[in-house]
Amino acid sequence: MQWETVIGLEIHAQLSTQSKIFSGSATTFGAEPNTQASLVDLGMPGTLPVLNAEAVRMACKFGLAIDAEIAEKNVFARKNYFYPDLPKGYQTSQMDHPIVGKGHLDITLEDGSTRRIGITRAHLEEDAGKSLHEDFHGMSGIDLNRAGTPLLEIVSEPDIRSAKEAVAYVKAIHALVRYLGICDGNMAEGSLRCDCNVSVRPKGQAEFGTRAEIKNVNSFRFIEKAINHEVQRQIELIEDGGKVVQETRLYDPNKDETRSMRSKEEANDYRYFPCPDLLPVVIEQSFLDEVRASLPELPGQKRERFEREFGLSTYDASVLSASREMADYFEQVNATCGDAKLAANWVMGELSSLLNKEGLDIEQSPVSAEHLGGMILRIKDDTISGKIAKMVFEAMAAGEGSADEIIEKKGLKQVTDSGAIEAMLDEVLAANAEQVEQYRASDEAKRGKMFGFFVGQAMKASKGKANPGQVNQLLKKKLEG
Amino acid sequence: MHNLTLAEIARNLAEKRFSAEELTRTLLARIEQLDPQLNSFISVTDELAIAQAKAADARRAAGENGALLGAPIGHKDLFCTQGIRTSCGSRILDSFKAPYDATVVERLAAAGTVTLGKLNMDEFAMGSANESSYYGAVKNPWDLSRVPGGSSGGSAAAIAARLLPAATGTDTGGSIRQPAALTNLTGLKPTYGRVSRWGMVAYASSLDQGGPMARTAEDCALLLSAMAGFDPKDSTSVEQPLDDYLAALSQPLAGLRIGLPKEYFGAGLDPKIADAVMASVEELKRLGATVKDISLPNMQHAIPSYYVIAPAEASSNLSRFDGVRFGYRCENPVDLTDLYKRSRAEGFGDEVKRRIMVGTYALSAGYYDAYYLKAQKIRRLIKQDFVAAFEQVDLILGPTTPNLAWKLGEKNADPVSAYLEDIYTITANLAGIPGLSMPAGFIDGLPVGVQLLAPYFQEARLLNVAHQYQQVSDWHLRAPAGF
Repeated sequence: MQWETVIGLEIHAQLSTQSKIFSGSATTFGAEPNTQASLVDLGMPGTLPVLNAEAVRMACKFGLAIDAEIAEKNVFARKNYFYPDLPKGYQTSQMDHPIVGKGHLDITLEDGSTRRIGITRAHLEEDAGKSLHEDFHGMSGIDLNRAGTPLLEIVSEPDIRSAKEAVAYVKAIHALVRYLGICDGNMAEGSLRCDCNVSVRPKGQAEFGTRAEIKNVNSFRFIEKAINHEVQRQIELIEDGGKVVQETRLYDPNKDETRSMRSKEEANDYRYFPCPDLLPVVIEQSFLDEVRASLPELPGQKRERFEREFGLSTYDASVLSASREMADYFEQVNATCGDAKLAANWVMGELSSLLNKEGLDIEQSPVSAEHLGGMILRIKDDTISGKIAKMVFEAMAAGEGSADEIIEKKGLKQVTDSGAIEAMLDEVLAANAEQVEQYRASDEAKRGKMFGFFVGQAMKASKGKANPGQVNQLLKKKLEG
Repeated sequence: MHNLTLAEIARNLAEKRFSAEELTRTLLARIEQLDPQLNSFISVTDELAIAQAKAADARRAAGENGALLGAPIGHKDLFCTQGIRTSCGSRILDSFKAPYDATVVERLAAAGTVTLGKLNMDEFAMGSANESSYYGAVKNPWDLSRVPGGSSGGSAAAIAARLLPAATGTDTGGSIRQPAALTNLTGLKPTYGRVSRWGMVAYASSLDQGGPMARTAEDCALLLSAMAGFDPKDSTSVEQPLDDYLAALSQPLAGLRIGLPKEYFGAGLDPKIADAVMASVEELKRLGATVKDISLPNMQHAIPSYYVIAPAEASSNLSRFDGVRFGYRCENPVDLTDLYKRSRAEGFGDEVKRRIMVGTYALSAGYYDAYYLKAQKIRRLIKQDFVAAFEQVDLILGPTTPNLAWKLGEKNADPVSAYLEDIYTITANLAGIPGLSMPAGFIDGLPVGVQLLAPYFQEARLLNVAHQYQQVSDWHLRAPAGF
């Protein structure tokens, strides 16, 4: 049987506000346990929440960026459950009236095609603290630094059909929140976490299959692996005559498998109700207009502009706009050299493979955009050839300075003096007299093949520095005699 | 000295007839001597009181002359007081010393008040008799075999017995007004949002409101002036300027339109209380008020609605008392579930458990719409009733309670009969409007209270009417025998 995978994702993005969503405590990651927990974060009796306006602004930014409905009023609700790192015994979240309503996001797949993924809603909520089970001799420690950190939970429609699409979607959300400056996107520190709702159904069937939710997957690679594993597990289960049960599962990256955490029956009844300590949040149109005016150019808009303005392919444009840093880098290279195609080729070619090899992000690139653009300028004005440029690039990557400095220091400037090239060619021809004779005795077709040999010899003799165009031209003249 | 009101104390202190320290020592001695009969204090804060009194005297010597400078008061034991036990009348917080001051406590302290202690109350403010306290029942100074009302029963008993002139209370369904009525005091529940809830341990957040309790309306006005006002730490507090409550007291009542809701005078009301209430109406008429019969048709649904909403919010508000971070923790828990279950089972009393259970049930999947949502709809109807009524009248008047103070233990077996005692007070909390109870006579030696209700933020009007009434009556001046 042919199976179709249906995936919906819930992404928790930690908003990069200075202070917590309902208290004035700082949100810095990695501080000493419980040093960033105020009376409110500790859930002290008598304390009350006050909403951080910046979190509201950030959520609105996101809503506008995904073209979502933003209701005039949104309401905080309490999600009640007991857990030691949940100090109040409830999480303040949103249920019936989220701040961001229905929207959508377009993703580009590897084959260059795009898909529109529906976003059901996005709501604000507070994060819980952390339970620490090591170093306490059989007891548990509670660190409430993270308690009250603002989260935006972004819930997709079940529109995703493969693990690859899921990853593309998460990457697109990741890029978007970073473009918007509302989340640092640091998955290792938990700033962006993902719950994957996965089900399978026979191809062509309209109803969804029973889904399992894989909790807290925290890297692009794990998302793909966890989903693939879960899809395989469900198909095998059904094909063996079993049934998928609705449950929450955990992905274990070490064993590359998911395992059951709790079934639907064991699930909490969260007893949501509107939080009486917080008033409904009223979003004024003027506020939204102001937020809209503050939005940066978004990844999709940037991609379109790259295609339109620079004549790049959809795929190239989407790779170059995938992150704000990548796009900024590319645009800086382009601004320096004035040649978008060459800039795109170098950024996506040499630079990307260098970064991949070194495991670096674009912000950490050892070659600055100005240096790369400056090098491309030297290609364009024939100071160096493309081949020499690769040497210059490597030298720049090694920190040897700008292209001009390297060209100067290493004497890599292309030779364009016809006299010098002719002299060099004479030497080459003299050293290969036999081949010259053969060449001259051959017909047109054979000559064509042999010509390359002489060019190669000439370039080798000039250590690559001779202007290839001139070499071609002069060589032809000399051989033709 | 102990018979003086706050206003009289202010004059005496200003005229240097005695110092705040002398007054404080006198009252502390009185508390020590008399409170064992009443059990109105959970904690007496002698050291703090003496220090605050000395500081007040120093401020006065330096030229300050605030109306509350050196005024001795007490706080209901659910207002957080830094470094002092804040128990909420519960075993679960018996060991809890708040690490901060409630806004109300802070503001009153800044005005120069002297805190004599923390006052007894129904556990987590859940009750109308002050019998659910972990620290034992409070007795009514007018008859020691009777309840003082609740939940601010400690505040009420202490003021009525002249252990202190005034105190803070909180009112979620009548917890200031009902004990005020049962002990011959004036007690005001302000408009929801008028007084900050920061540092007031929550029972039902959308209904809770702190307010003053004293013997006179004038003293309530003095306290409210210092307590009330916007607080950026409480999102539900309202950013609206305060009226001059003291200046408003002397307004004449000519032309005041008073509404008498027929639902407040129906079955269940002690006819003698009805008579006393009508006598006060006659007095107000003589002062220039006119009277009109009105109706609040949805009042009959108030108690069921309240006993869904308040427990629902309480079930969530009280989740933080889990034995993990503060308060009572059971001995030797075997695992996390055991820690939760036993800490809460041993830490909470029966009434609190009952309301947590009711509230948890009302919010459960499948029941939420039928209970919680329905109750919220009724709440809106009740609000609309008041809005409509206040288009015809300036003030609504009726009895504060259907019955006089009852015998200790009398209603223990039947919680619902105790819930019904809140029937006249609960609507003001559901609607969020201000309400005041004032002394209006005695029946068989037990005080009767009249309740006044006003539109949003018209505390000044309530205090004005009560003050004018107190200029022509002397019920509020009567003291219980033996105190």
